[in-house]
Amino acid sequence: MADAVASTPLHRARVAAESVVDPELPMLTLADLGVLREVRVAEDGSVEVAITPTYSGCPAMATMRDDLVRALHRAGFPGARVRVALHPAWTTDWITPRGRAALSGAGISPPGPAPRRDAPVALDLLAPRRRVHCPRCGSADTELTSEFGSTACKALYRCRACLEPFDHVKEI
Amino acid sequence: MHAPDDHESAYAGLLVNDAHWAFGTDFEDPLAGVDTTIPDGVDPAVLARYCLALGDDALVLSHRLTQWCGRAPDLEEDIALANIALDLLGQARLLLTRAAAADPSCVPALPEGSPVPAEDALAYFRDDRDFGNVRMVEVPNGDFAEAIARLLLFSTWRLALFEHLAGSGDAVLAAVAAKGRKELTYHRDFAGRWFLTLAQGTEESRRRLLDALAGLWPLWPELFRTHPVEAAAAAAGVGVDPASVAAEVDAVLGQVFATCGVDRPEAAPLAGVAGRFGRDGAHTEALSLLLAEMQVVARAHPRGQW
Repeated sequence: MADAVASTPLHRARVAAESVVDPELPMLTLADLGVLREVRVAEDGSVEVAITPTYSGCPAMATMRDDLVRALHRAGFPGARVRVALHPAWTTDWITPRGRAALSGAGISPPGPAPRRDAPVALDLLAPRRRVHCPRCGSADTELTSEFGSTACKALYRCRACLEPFDHVKEI
Repeated sequence: MHAPDDHESAYAGLLVNDAHWAFGTDFEDPLAGVDTTIPDGVDPAVLARYCLALGDDALVLSHRLTQWCGRAPDLEEDIALANIALDLLGQARLLLTRAAAADPSCVPALPEGSPVPAEDALAYFRDDRDFGNVRMVEVPNGDFAEAIARLLLFSTWRLALFEHLAGSGDAVLAAVAAKGRKELTYHRDFAGRWFLTLAQGTEESRRRLLDALAGLWPLWPELFRTHPVEAAAAAAGVGVDPASVAAEVDAVLGQVFATCGVDRPEAAPLAGVAGRFGRDGAHTEALSLLLAEMQVVARAHPRGQW
């Protein structure tokens, strides 16, 4: 039975799509990042994949699309289509436990729970009070350097214990 | 299996598809596969012009913020302004693409054989009078305090608009707004914290901040003027009348000002030109100069491919 499932085109397409890694966070697959929203196989055997941008200006979308098309081509699905899914908007809550572990392992602090922001959103003039642990030494004695980091999805932190700077995937 | 080292070969990507417009660099349609059907009862031209106005606000301020690259007081702020510019550019791309999908006739005609996608045609091949941005976003950059003051005003206003726009009857606009409000919340928090820091920092930082605010204030009322396109979009249930968010925006600003010990400046609104404002295509000369710089290479090579 398991073999029968494993051999279905949908399963093979899913395995291929889920193996593609994020161009900017290559320790994470697109599935673990939560941007891979759907894999469909039509009756004629053609594959359609849906991805959602992390941020509106995410410059990696074109690379993700090309990588998905290539991975699916290699898995025997030529001409796979990649469509954009804008709704619902991506949230860091969709990063899987495996993805969070992979981030930590690469020295990037994973996000906490995304804020529930009911309109109107209150303006917060104080620096955010997250409990961020240093992904290198584990210390909780860390400080925010900047809410904006090397990519749209990351903030910059510094560990006061081991003095190392590190990235934190900010909650959204 | 995908080989992780694919990204390490600069040549691998070149073999995928080698016929791109020279200035679009393989950017795909940001609405690829999205259902762009126009809701019943909505005039496509109204929807398109409304999207263009919101898209132009983001595009022009994104360009101004990009001009900060390498010039901010320190590296962290440089990166922050570039990140905010990138978010706004992303919003602009979605909105310009949505405009083109709603009403293709708003896209400028280009020479036959030109590979320029619609969003780039709208960004690079329209003249200043065809831009519908509010004039505040086109003001030339001043000092860091000016960048912070403008970002606080702009993001407070736009966040309020997007919170309401998330309920738009146009599913695409609703999704763009729902995503954008998450980004704008970070922008407004960033600007608000710096506003407080500068207001309560040194005499010099406070003086610069107050000067910047006073300079921008004449352009502030324009953000709440209702343009006929905004009125029509609001009436059709796809847009937000900016006048309807004036009170809540003022309340948020009032909190920031009170915390910072800053009074609202007293300055008369900057007049329009024969009753026409930024949304009508009546701009200051700063926009013409900005567009000349932004568009000159693209316009010289409308068929350029690489």
